[in-house]
Amino acid sequence: MSKGSFLSASIGRKFLMSITGLFLVTFIIVHLTLNLFLIFDDSGDLFNLAAHFMATNPLIKIMEPVLAIGFGVHILWSIIITVQNMRARPVGYNKTSQSVNSTWASRNMFILGGLIFVFLGIHLYAFWWKMKFAGDPLLTHTTVMQGGVPVEMENAYNLVATMFKQSLFYSITHILGGVLLGLHITHGFWSAFQTIGLNNHLWRKRLFVLANIIGWIFAIGFSIIPLYFMIKF
Amino acid sequence: MADITLKKIYVKVWRQNSAKEKGRFETYEVENISQGSSFLEMLDILNDKLIREGKDPIAFDHDCREGICGMCSLYINGRAHGPDRDITTCQLHMRKFNEGETITIEPWRAGAFPVIKDLIVDRTAFEKIQQAGGFVSVNTGGIPDGNAIPIGYDDAEEAMDAASCIGCGACVATCKNSSAMLFVAAKVSQLAKLPQGKVEAKRRARNMVTKMDELGFGGCTNTGACELECPKGISISHIARLNREYLVAKLAE
Ligand code: HEM
Ligand code: SF4
Ligand code: FES
Repeated sequence: MSKGSFLSASIGRKFLMSITGLFLVTFIIVHLTLNLFLIFDDSGDLFNLAAHFMATNPLIKIMEPVLAIGFGVHILWSIIITVQNMRARPVGYNKTSQSVNSTWASRNMFILGGLIFVFLGIHLYAFWWKMKFAGDPLLTHTTVMQGGVPVEMENAYNLVATMFKQSLFYSITHILGGVLLGLHITHGFWSAFQTIGLNNHLWRKRLFVLANIIGWIFAIGFSIIPLYFMIKF
Repeated sequence: MADITLKKIYVKVWRQNSAKEKGRFETYEVENISQGSSFLEMLDILNDKLIREGKDPIAFDHDCREGICGMCSLYINGRAHGPDRDITTCQLHMRKFNEGETITIEPWRAGAFPVIKDLIVDRTAFEKIQQAGGFVSVNTGGIPDGNAIPIGYDDAEEAMDAASCIGCGACVATCKNSSAMLFVAAKVSQLAKLPQGKVEAKRRARNMVTKMDELGFGGCTNTGACELECPKGISISHIARLNREYLVAKLAE
Protein backbone atom coordinates (compact mmCIF):
# COMPACT_ATOMS: atom_id res chain seq x y z
CA MET A 1 0.00 0.00 0.00
CA SER A 2 1.39 3.38 -0.99
CA LYS A 3 0.94 5.27 2.24
CA GLY A 4 1.99 8.65 0.90
CA SER A 5 -0.77 8.77 -1.68
CA PHE A 6 -3.35 7.46 0.78
CA LEU A 7 -2.68 10.10 3.42
CA SER A 8 -2.63 12.90 0.89
CA ALA A 9 -5.85 11.72 -0.82
CA SER A 10 -9.05 13.45 0.26
CA ILE A 11 -10.63 10.27 1.63
CA GLY A 12 -7.37 9.19 3.27
CA ARG A 13 -7.12 12.48 5.15
CA LYS A 14 -10.69 12.22 6.29
CA PHE A 15 -10.08 8.63 7.35
CA LEU A 16 -7.35 9.85 9.69
CA MET A 17 -9.69 12.54 11.06
CA SER A 18 -12.42 10.02 11.79
CA ILE A 19 -10.15 7.42 13.40
CA THR A 20 -8.49 9.99 15.67
CA GLY A 21 -11.89 11.59 16.32
CA LEU A 22 -13.46 8.31 17.44
CA PHE A 23 -10.40 7.58 19.57
CA LEU A 24 -10.85 10.96 21.24
CA VAL A 25 -14.53 10.18 21.80
CA THR A 26 -13.66 7.00 23.72
CA PHE A 27 -11.19 8.99 25.80
CA ILE A 28 -13.83 11.63 26.52
CA ILE A 29 -16.31 8.96 27.64
CA VAL A 30 -13.79 7.63 30.20
CA HIS A 31 -12.82 11.14 31.24
CA LEU A 32 -16.42 12.25 31.74
CA THR A 33 -17.33 9.14 33.70
CA LEU A 34 -14.48 9.67 36.15
CA ASN A 35 -15.19 13.40 36.42
CA LEU A 36 -18.79 12.75 37.36
CA PHE A 37 -17.46 11.19 40.60
CA LEU A 38 -16.85 14.81 41.59
CA ILE A 39 -20.54 15.44 42.05
CA PHE A 40 -21.60 12.05 43.34
CA ASP A 41 -19.36 12.00 46.39
CA ASP A 42 -18.92 15.23 48.33
CA SER A 43 -16.21 13.72 50.53
CA GLY A 44 -14.06 13.58 47.37
CA ASP A 45 -12.75 10.08 48.15
CA LEU A 46 -14.25 8.49 45.06
CA PHE A 47 -12.76 11.11 42.73
CA ASN A 48 -9.40 11.05 44.49
CA LEU A 49 -9.24 7.27 44.13
CA ALA A 50 -9.99 7.55 40.42
CA ALA A 51 -7.42 10.31 39.92
CA HIS A 52 -4.84 8.33 41.90
CA PHE A 53 -5.53 5.26 39.79
CA MET A 54 -5.14 7.26 36.57
CA ALA A 55 -1.89 8.81 37.81
CA THR A 56 -0.28 5.53 38.82
CA ASN A 57 -1.64 2.85 36.46
CA PRO A 58 1.06 1.79 33.94
CA LEU A 59 -1.47 1.27 31.13
CA ILE A 60 -2.71 4.83 31.55
CA LYS A 61 0.90 6.03 31.48
CA ILE A 62 1.31 4.38 28.06
CA MET A 63 -1.97 5.86 26.84
CA GLU A 64 -1.00 9.42 27.72
CA PRO A 65 1.43 9.96 24.82
CA VAL A 66 -0.93 8.04 22.51
CA LEU A 67 -3.65 10.47 23.48
CA ALA A 68 -1.38 13.42 22.81
CA ILE A 69 -0.56 12.01 19.38
CA GLY A 70 -4.29 11.48 18.73
CA PHE A 71 -5.00 15.10 19.52
CA GLY A 72 -1.99 16.27 17.51
CA VAL A 73 -2.93 14.34 14.37
CA HIS A 74 -6.59 15.34 14.66
CA ILE A 75 -5.75 19.02 14.97
CA LEU A 76 -2.99 19.03 12.35
CA TRP A 77 -5.09 17.23 9.77
CA SER A 78 -8.09 19.40 10.53
CA ILE A 79 -5.98 22.41 9.52
CA ILE A 80 -4.77 20.70 6.33
CA ILE A 81 -8.33 19.64 5.40
CA THR A 82 -9.83 23.05 6.11
CA VAL A 83 -7.20 24.95 4.11
CA GLN A 84 -7.53 22.50 1.21
CA ASN A 85 -11.32 22.82 1.21
CA MET A 86 -11.20 26.60 1.31
CA ARG A 87 -8.82 26.62 -1.63
CA ALA A 88 -11.29 24.55 -3.67
CA ARG A 89 -13.51 27.65 -4.00
CA PRO A 90 -11.24 30.59 -4.88
CA VAL A 91 -14.19 32.90 -5.68
CA GLY A 92 -16.98 32.74 -3.14
CA TYR A 93 -20.70 33.38 -3.43
CA ASN A 94 -22.25 36.76 -2.83
CA LYS A 95 -25.32 35.23 -1.24
CA THR A 96 -25.74 31.79 0.32
CA SER A 97 -28.54 30.15 2.30
CA GLN A 98 -26.70 27.18 3.75
CA SER A 99 -28.90 26.91 6.80
CA VAL A 100 -31.69 25.36 4.71
CA ASN A 101 -29.63 22.34 3.78
CA SER A 102 -27.15 21.60 6.58
CA THR A 103 -26.69 21.92 10.34
CA TRP A 104 -24.69 24.77 11.82
CA ALA A 105 -22.31 22.38 13.59
CA SER A 106 -21.53 20.51 10.36
CA ARG A 107 -20.50 23.76 8.68
CA ASN A 108 -18.42 25.04 11.59
CA MET A 109 -16.41 22.04 12.73
CA PHE A 110 -13.11 23.87 12.41
CA ILE A 111 -14.34 26.87 14.41
CA LEU A 112 -15.75 24.56 17.08
CA GLY A 113 -12.53 22.54 17.11
CA GLY A 114 -10.43 25.70 17.31
CA LEU A 115 -12.39 26.93 20.32
CA ILE A 116 -12.09 23.50 21.92
CA PHE A 117 -8.34 23.82 21.38
CA VAL A 118 -8.29 27.14 23.24
CA PHE A 119 -10.32 25.58 26.04
CA LEU A 120 -7.92 22.65 26.11
CA GLY A 121 -5.05 25.04 26.82
CA ILE A 122 -6.89 26.61 29.75
CA HIS A 123 -8.02 23.23 31.03
CA LEU A 124 -4.60 21.60 30.88
CA TYR A 125 -3.01 24.57 32.63
CA ALA A 126 -5.64 24.64 35.36
CA PHE A 127 -5.46 20.97 36.33
CA TRP A 128 -3.13 18.67 34.43
CA TRP A 129 -0.12 20.99 34.61
CA LYS A 130 -0.55 21.59 38.36
CA MET A 131 -1.18 17.95 39.25
CA LYS A 132 1.62 16.65 37.08
CA PHE A 133 4.37 19.24 37.28
CA ALA A 134 3.89 22.58 38.96
CA GLY A 135 2.01 21.57 42.08
CA ASP A 136 -0.40 23.89 43.88
CA PRO A 137 -1.16 24.90 47.49
CA LEU A 138 -4.65 23.47 46.97
CA LEU A 139 -3.18 20.05 46.26
CA THR A 140 -3.00 19.00 49.90
CA HIS A 141 -2.47 15.37 50.81
CA THR A 142 -5.26 13.14 52.00
CA THR A 143 -5.65 9.55 53.12
CA VAL A 144 -8.27 7.39 51.48
CA MET A 145 -9.18 3.79 52.35
CA GLN A 146 -8.45 1.60 49.35
CA GLY A 147 -9.59 -2.03 49.81
CA GLY A 148 -9.33 -1.66 53.59
CA VAL A 149 -5.84 -0.18 53.41
CA PRO A 150 -5.24 3.54 54.03
CA VAL A 151 -3.42 5.10 51.08
CA GLU A 152 -1.98 8.56 51.03
CA MET A 153 -2.58 10.55 47.84
CA GLU A 154 -2.92 14.07 46.46
CA ASN A 155 -6.26 15.70 47.14
CA ALA A 156 -7.15 16.39 43.50
CA TYR A 157 -10.76 16.82 44.56
CA ASN A 158 -9.79 19.80 46.70
CA LEU A 159 -8.07 21.51 43.76
CA VAL A 160 -10.97 21.00 41.32
CA ALA A 161 -13.74 21.75 43.80
CA THR A 162 -12.06 24.90 45.14
CA MET A 163 -11.32 26.22 41.66
CA PHE A 164 -14.92 25.83 40.57
CA LYS A 165 -16.26 27.33 43.80
CA GLN A 166 -13.97 30.34 43.71
CA SER A 167 -13.21 31.13 40.10
CA LEU A 168 -16.02 32.27 37.85
CA PHE A 169 -13.56 32.30 34.95
CA TYR A 170 -12.68 28.61 35.27
CA SER A 171 -16.30 27.62 35.82
CA ILE A 172 -17.58 29.47 32.78
CA THR A 173 -14.77 28.32 30.47
CA HIS A 174 -15.43 24.73 31.52
CA ILE A 175 -19.17 25.04 30.88
CA LEU A 176 -18.45 26.54 27.45
CA GLY A 177 -15.87 23.83 26.74
CA GLY A 178 -18.47 21.14 27.39
CA VAL A 179 -21.07 22.76 25.16
CA LEU A 180 -18.59 23.30 22.31
CA LEU A 181 -17.42 19.71 22.53
CA GLY A 182 -21.03 18.51 22.53
CA LEU A 183 -21.78 20.50 19.39
CA HIS A 184 -18.62 19.18 17.72
CA ILE A 185 -19.78 15.64 18.43
CA THR A 186 -23.38 16.07 17.22
CA HIS A 187 -21.84 16.19 13.76
CA GLY A 188 -18.49 14.48 14.32
CA PHE A 189 -19.76 11.20 15.68
CA TRP A 190 -22.01 10.16 12.80
CA SER A 191 -19.72 11.84 10.27
CA ALA A 192 -16.86 9.59 11.39
CA PHE A 193 -18.85 6.44 10.62
CA GLN A 194 -19.88 7.83 7.25
CA THR A 195 -16.22 8.56 6.46
CA ILE A 196 -15.11 5.04 7.32
CA GLY A 197 -17.89 3.74 5.11
CA LEU A 198 -19.82 2.13 7.97
CA ASN A 199 -23.14 3.65 7.05
CA ASN A 200 -26.17 3.09 4.85
CA HIS A 201 -29.66 4.52 4.48
CA LEU A 202 -30.88 2.64 7.54
CA TRP A 203 -27.96 3.27 9.88
CA ARG A 204 -27.54 6.94 9.06
CA LYS A 205 -30.72 7.82 10.93
CA ARG A 206 -29.65 5.75 13.93
CA LEU A 207 -26.14 7.17 13.94
CA PHE A 208 -27.48 10.70 13.61
CA VAL A 209 -29.72 10.22 16.64
CA LEU A 210 -26.87 8.56 18.55
CA ALA A 211 -24.51 11.44 17.69
CA ASN A 212 -27.01 13.90 19.09
CA ILE A 213 -27.49 11.86 22.25
CA ILE A 214 -23.74 11.59 22.84
CA GLY A 215 -23.29 15.27 22.04
CA TRP A 216 -25.92 16.23 24.58
CA ILE A 217 -24.48 13.88 27.20
CA PHE A 218 -21.04 15.47 26.75
CA ALA A 219 -22.45 19.00 26.87
CA ILE A 220 -24.63 18.44 29.93
CA GLY A 221 -22.20 16.07 31.65
CA PHE A 222 -19.23 18.44 31.53
CA SER A 223 -21.11 21.64 32.27
CA ILE A 224 -23.04 20.19 35.20
CA ILE A 225 -19.80 19.75 37.20
CA PRO A 226 -18.82 23.43 37.53
CA LEU A 227 -22.52 24.32 37.85
CA TYR A 228 -22.83 21.93 40.79
CA PHE A 229 -20.00 23.60 42.68
CA MET A 230 -21.15 27.11 41.74
CA ILE A 231 -24.69 26.52 42.95
CA LYS A 232 -24.24 24.14 45.85
CA PHE A 233 -21.42 25.90 47.67
CA MET B 1 -57.03 30.15 -12.03
CA ALA B 2 -55.09 32.67 -13.95
CA ASP B 3 -51.48 33.09 -12.97
CA ILE B 4 -50.55 36.23 -11.10
CA THR B 5 -48.32 38.64 -13.00
CA LEU B 6 -45.29 40.07 -11.25
CA LYS B 7 -45.34 43.73 -12.30
CA LYS B 8 -41.73 44.37 -11.54
CA ILE B 9 -38.81 42.32 -10.25
CA TYR B 10 -35.10 43.02 -10.03
CA VAL B 11 -32.56 40.52 -11.30
CA LYS B 12 -29.02 40.84 -9.96
CA VAL B 13 -26.77 38.83 -12.27
CA TRP B 14 -23.08 38.01 -12.40
CA ARG B 15 -21.63 39.33 -15.65
CA GLN B 16 -18.18 38.25 -16.79
CA ASN B 17 -17.02 38.56 -20.39
CA SER B 18 -14.50 35.74 -20.31
CA ALA B 19 -12.56 33.48 -17.99
CA LYS B 20 -9.71 35.97 -17.93
CA GLU B 21 -11.62 39.17 -17.28
CA LYS B 22 -12.95 40.29 -13.94
CA GLY B 23 -16.66 39.94 -13.37
CA ARG B 24 -19.23 42.13 -11.62
CA PHE B 25 -22.89 42.14 -10.64
CA GLU B 26 -25.45 44.02 -12.74
CA THR B 27 -29.03 44.59 -11.71
CA TYR B 28 -31.80 44.61 -14.32
CA GLU B 29 -35.49 45.44 -14.03
CA VAL B 30 -37.88 42.93 -15.51
CA GLU B 31 -41.55 43.79 -15.94
CA ASN B 32 -44.74 41.80 -16.34
CA ILE B 33 -43.59 38.28 -15.65
CA SER B 34 -46.33 35.68 -15.22
CA GLN B 35 -45.79 33.52 -12.15
CA GLY B 36 -46.67 30.62 -14.42
CA SER B 37 -43.57 31.10 -16.51
CA SER B 38 -40.42 29.16 -15.79
CA PHE B 39 -37.31 30.79 -14.41
CA LEU B 40 -35.45 30.31 -17.68
CA GLU B 41 -38.36 31.87 -19.60
CA MET B 42 -37.98 34.89 -17.37
CA LEU B 43 -34.30 35.04 -18.35
CA ASP B 44 -35.30 34.64 -22.03
CA ILE B 45 -37.61 37.64 -21.68
CA LEU B 46 -34.87 39.64 -19.99
CA ASN B 47 -32.40 38.68 -22.73
CA ASP B 48 -34.89 39.66 -25.42
CA LYS B 49 -35.13 43.06 -23.80
CA LEU B 50 -31.33 43.35 -23.57
CA ILE B 51 -30.92 42.45 -27.25
CA ARG B 52 -33.53 45.06 -28.26
CA GLU B 53 -31.60 47.62 -26.26
CA GLY B 54 -28.45 46.64 -28.14
CA LYS B 55 -26.86 45.11 -25.07
CA ASP B 56 -25.06 41.79 -24.63
CA PRO B 57 -27.55 39.09 -23.54
CA ILE B 58 -26.81 37.09 -20.37
CA ALA B 59 -25.09 33.79 -21.17
CA PHE B 60 -26.52 30.80 -19.29
CA ASP B 61 -26.55 27.04 -19.88
CA HIS B 62 -29.70 25.12 -20.78
CA ASP B 63 -30.77 22.40 -23.15
CA CYS B 64 -33.65 19.98 -22.55
CA ARG B 65 -35.64 22.30 -20.26
CA GLU B 66 -37.37 19.28 -18.76
CA GLY B 67 -35.00 18.30 -16.00
CA ILE B 68 -33.17 15.43 -17.65
CA CYS B 69 -30.01 16.71 -19.32
CA GLY B 70 -28.25 18.42 -16.41
CA MET B 71 -27.19 21.38 -18.53
CA CYS B 72 -28.96 24.21 -16.67
CA SER B 73 -27.20 25.46 -13.56
CA LEU B 74 -27.44 28.79 -11.68
CA TYR B 75 -27.05 29.59 -7.99
CA ILE B 76 -30.26 31.50 -7.28
CA ASN B 77 -30.80 33.44 -4.06
CA GLY B 78 -28.09 31.46 -2.34
CA ARG B 79 -29.18 28.00 -3.46
CA ALA B 80 -28.20 25.71 -6.32
CA HIS B 81 -31.15 25.47 -8.74
CA GLY B 82 -33.03 28.02 -6.64
CA PRO B 83 -35.53 27.87 -3.81
CA ASP B 84 -37.19 24.49 -4.30
CA ARG B 85 -36.40 20.84 -3.62
CA ASP B 86 -35.66 18.07 -6.12
CA ILE B 87 -35.71 20.24 -9.23
CA THR B 88 -33.34 21.65 -11.82
CA THR B 89 -33.40 25.35 -12.69
CA CYS B 90 -35.41 24.67 -15.84
CA GLN B 91 -38.12 23.18 -13.60
CA LEU B 92 -38.18 26.22 -11.32
CA HIS B 93 -41.19 28.50 -11.68
CA MET B 94 -41.64 32.19 -11.06
CA ARG B 95 -44.36 31.45 -8.52
CA LYS B 96 -41.51 30.89 -6.07
CA PHE B 97 -40.77 34.64 -6.24
CA ASN B 98 -42.60 37.75 -5.10
CA GLU B 99 -43.50 41.15 -6.43
CA GLY B 100 -40.63 43.62 -6.21
CA GLU B 101 -38.10 40.98 -5.14
CA THR B 102 -34.42 41.18 -6.05
CA ILE B 103 -33.27 37.80 -7.32
CA THR B 104 -29.53 37.14 -7.09
CA ILE B 105 -28.13 34.83 -9.76
CA GLU B 106 -24.56 33.56 -9.59
CA PRO B 107 -22.65 30.92 -11.53
CA TRP B 108 -21.60 27.64 -9.85
CA ARG B 109 -18.58 28.60 -7.78
CA ALA B 110 -15.71 26.10 -7.63
CA GLY B 111 -12.09 26.21 -8.68
CA ALA B 112 -12.69 23.07 -10.74
CA PHE B 113 -15.62 24.75 -12.56
CA PRO B 114 -14.09 27.95 -14.03
CA VAL B 115 -16.45 30.57 -15.44
CA ILE B 116 -16.52 30.65 -19.25
CA LYS B 117 -18.89 33.60 -19.61
CA ASP B 118 -21.46 35.17 -17.29
CA LEU B 119 -23.34 32.26 -15.71
CA ILE B 120 -21.78 29.50 -17.80
CA VAL B 121 -19.11 27.40 -16.13
CA ASP B 122 -16.85 24.73 -17.57
CA ARG B 123 -17.90 21.35 -16.19
CA THR B 124 -15.41 19.31 -18.23
CA ALA B 125 -13.93 18.19 -14.91
CA PHE B 126 -16.90 15.82 -14.51
CA GLU B 127 -16.15 14.24 -17.92
CA LYS B 128 -12.55 13.75 -16.85
CA ILE B 129 -13.66 11.97 -13.68
CA GLN B 130 -15.95 9.74 -15.74
CA GLN B 131 -13.14 8.97 -18.15
CA ALA B 132 -11.00 7.86 -15.21
CA GLY B 133 -13.25 4.85 -14.58
CA GLY B 134 -16.97 5.54 -14.77
CA PHE B 135 -17.60 2.71 -17.23
CA VAL B 136 -17.44 -1.07 -17.60
CA SER B 137 -14.50 -2.24 -19.69
CA VAL B 138 -14.54 -5.99 -19.02
CA ASN B 139 -16.18 -8.18 -21.61
CA THR B 140 -19.74 -8.81 -20.42
CA GLY B 141 -20.79 -10.86 -23.44
CA GLY B 142 -23.86 -10.28 -25.58
CA ILE B 143 -27.24 -9.07 -24.39
CA PRO B 144 -28.33 -11.51 -21.65
CA ASP B 145 -31.80 -13.07 -21.65
CA GLY B 146 -34.23 -11.36 -19.32
CA ASN B 147 -33.71 -12.46 -15.71
CA ALA B 148 -30.75 -14.64 -16.71
CA ILE B 149 -28.60 -12.72 -14.22
CA PRO B 150 -30.59 -12.45 -10.99
CA ILE B 151 -30.26 -9.08 -9.29
CA GLY B 152 -31.96 -8.44 -5.96
CA TYR B 153 -34.71 -5.85 -5.85
CA ASP B 154 -32.88 -3.59 -3.38
CA ASP B 155 -29.66 -3.71 -5.39
CA ALA B 156 -31.49 -2.89 -8.61
CA GLU B 157 -33.32 -0.01 -6.96
CA GLU B 158 -30.17 1.46 -5.44
CA ALA B 159 -28.29 1.17 -8.71
CA MET B 160 -31.16 2.89 -10.54
CA ASP B 161 -31.36 5.64 -7.94
CA ALA B 162 -27.65 6.30 -8.36
CA ALA B 163 -27.99 6.17 -12.14
CA SER B 164 -30.46 9.05 -12.07
CA CYS B 165 -27.58 11.51 -11.54
CA ILE B 166 -27.60 13.95 -14.47
CA GLY B 167 -24.14 15.39 -13.82
CA CYS B 168 -25.42 18.91 -13.25
CA GLY B 169 -22.86 19.86 -10.60
CA ALA B 170 -25.32 21.25 -8.06
CA CYS B 171 -23.67 19.06 -5.42
CA VAL B 172 -20.32 20.77 -6.02
CA ALA B 173 -21.92 24.21 -6.20
CA THR B 174 -23.77 23.70 -2.92
CA CYS B 175 -21.01 22.05 -0.94
CA LYS B 176 -19.09 24.44 1.28
CA ASN B 177 -15.95 22.54 0.26
CA SER B 178 -16.77 22.32 -3.46
CA SER B 179 -16.58 18.55 -3.09
CA ALA B 180 -17.64 16.30 -5.96
CA MET B 181 -18.18 13.29 -3.70
CA LEU B 182 -21.92 12.93 -4.38
CA PHE B 183 -21.38 12.90 -8.13
CA VAL B 184 -18.49 10.42 -7.91
CA ALA B 185 -20.41 8.29 -5.41
CA ALA B 186 -23.40 8.12 -7.76
CA LYS B 187 -21.23 7.14 -10.71
CA VAL B 188 -19.42 4.49 -8.66
CA SER B 189 -22.59 3.13 -7.04
CA GLN B 190 -24.64 2.74 -10.23
CA LEU B 191 -22.07 0.17 -11.37
CA ALA B 192 -20.85 -1.26 -8.07
CA LYS B 193 -24.32 -2.61 -7.24
CA LEU B 194 -24.56 -4.62 -10.48
CA PRO B 195 -22.68 -7.81 -11.42
CA GLN B 196 -21.21 -6.36 -14.63
CA GLY B 197 -19.78 -3.42 -12.74
CA LYS B 198 -18.59 -5.26 -9.63
CA VAL B 199 -15.50 -6.67 -11.32
CA GLU B 200 -13.84 -3.28 -11.59
CA ALA B 201 -15.50 -1.64 -8.58
CA LYS B 202 -12.36 -1.13 -6.52
CA ARG B 203 -10.17 0.07 -9.35
CA ARG B 204 -12.96 2.39 -10.44
CA ALA B 205 -13.38 3.96 -6.99
CA ARG B 206 -9.64 4.48 -6.64
CA ASN B 207 -9.10 5.99 -10.08
CA MET B 208 -12.13 8.27 -9.98
CA VAL B 209 -11.31 9.59 -6.51
CA THR B 210 -7.69 10.20 -7.52
CA LYS B 211 -8.86 12.12 -10.57
CA MET B 212 -11.36 14.08 -8.46
CA ASP B 213 -8.60 15.17 -6.07
CA GLU B 214 -6.26 16.02 -8.93
CA LEU B 215 -8.85 18.34 -10.50
CA GLY B 216 -9.02 20.45 -7.35
CA PHE B 217 -12.39 19.53 -5.87
CA GLY B 218 -12.51 19.78 -2.07
CA GLY B 219 -12.98 16.95 0.41
CA CYS B 220 -16.28 15.79 1.87
CA THR B 221 -17.12 16.79 5.45
CA ASN B 222 -20.55 15.15 5.42
CA THR B 223 -22.66 18.28 5.83
CA GLY B 224 -25.30 16.56 3.70
CA ALA B 225 -26.15 19.75 1.79
CA CYS B 226 -25.55 18.08 -1.59
CA GLU B 227 -28.26 15.49 -1.04
CA LEU B 228 -30.85 18.16 -0.25
CA GLU B 229 -29.94 20.32 -3.24
CA CYS B 230 -29.44 17.48 -5.74
CA PRO B 231 -32.30 17.65 -8.28
CA LYS B 232 -32.45 13.86 -8.29
CA GLY B 233 -32.24 13.44 -4.52
CA ILE B 234 -29.15 11.21 -4.74
CA SER B 235 -28.53 9.89 -1.21
CA ILE B 236 -25.29 10.48 0.68
CA SER B 237 -25.48 6.79 1.60
CA HIS B 238 -23.78 6.35 -1.76
CA ILE B 239 -20.89 8.42 -0.39
CA ALA B 240 -20.52 5.91 2.45
CA ARG B 241 -20.31 3.18 -0.19
CA LEU B 242 -17.70 5.12 -2.15
CA ASN B 243 -15.64 5.59 1.03
CA ARG B 244 -15.91 1.86 1.70
CA GLU B 245 -14.93 0.85 -1.84
CA TYR B 246 -12.03 3.29 -1.82
CA LEU B 247 -10.68 2.27 1.59
CA VAL B 248 -10.90 -1.42 0.75
CA ALA B 249 -9.20 -0.79 -2.60
CA LYS B 250 -6.39 1.10 -0.87
CA LEU B 251 -5.93 -1.57 1.80
CA ALA B 252 -5.67 -4.22 -0.90
CA GLU B 253 -2.90 -2.35 -2.74
C1 HEM C 1 -8.86 20.06 20.04
C2 HEM C 1 -9.19 20.60 18.96
C3 HEM C 1 -10.03 19.97 17.88
C4 HEM C 1 -10.03 20.44 16.61
C5 HEM C 1 -9.22 21.61 16.08
C6 HEM C 1 -10.95 19.62 15.86
C7 HEM C 1 -11.26 19.83 14.54
C8 HEM C 1 -12.02 18.99 13.77
C9 HEM C 1 -12.33 19.18 12.37
C10 HEM C 1 -11.91 20.36 11.52
C11 HEM C 1 -13.05 18.11 11.97
C12 HEM C 1 -13.51 17.77 10.57
C13 HEM C 1 -14.67 18.54 10.20
C14 HEM C 1 -15.72 17.82 9.48
O1 HEM C 1 -15.72 16.59 9.32
O2 HEM C 1 -16.60 18.58 9.10
C15 HEM C 1 -13.23 17.26 13.10
C16 HEM C 1 -13.91 16.09 13.06
C17 HEM C 1 -14.12 15.29 14.15
N1 HEM C 1 -13.72 15.53 15.44
FE1 HEM C 1 -12.62 17.10 16.04
N2 HEM C 1 -11.48 18.66 16.66
C18 HEM C 1 -10.95 18.83 17.92
C19 HEM C 1 -11.22 18.08 19.03
C20 HEM C 1 -11.99 16.93 19.03
C21 HEM C 1 -12.27 16.14 20.20
C22 HEM C 1 -11.81 16.44 21.61
C23 HEM C 1 -13.03 15.09 19.76
C24 HEM C 1 -13.60 13.94 20.52
C25 HEM C 1 -14.15 13.97 21.65
C26 HEM C 1 -13.24 15.23 18.34
C27 HEM C 1 -13.94 14.35 17.57
C28 HEM C 1 -14.14 14.48 16.21
C29 HEM C 1 -14.83 13.53 15.38
C30 HEM C 1 -15.45 12.21 15.82
C31 HEM C 1 -14.82 14.04 14.08
C32 HEM C 1 -15.44 13.43 12.85
C33 HEM C 1 -14.49 12.86 11.86
C34 HEM C 1 -15.15 12.69 10.51
O3 HEM C 1 -15.95 13.52 10.11
O4 HEM C 1 -14.86 11.71 9.85
N3 HEM C 1 -12.59 16.36 17.92
N4 HEM C 1 -12.60 17.81 14.18
S1 SF4 D 1 -25.29 13.95 -7.72
FE1 SF4 D 1 -27.14 15.22 -8.01
S2 SF4 D 1 -26.38 17.31 -7.82
FE2 SF4 D 1 -24.59 16.05 -8.16
S3 SF4 D 1 -24.25 16.04 -10.38
FE3 SF4 D 1 -25.55 14.26 -9.95
S4 SF4 D 1 -27.65 14.99 -10.19
FE4 SF4 D 1 -26.36 16.83 -10.04
S1 FES E 1 -32.05 22.22 -19.16
FE1 FES E 1 -31.87 20.04 -19.10
S2 FES E 1 -31.99 19.69 -16.95
FE2 FES E 1 -32.41 21.81 -17.06
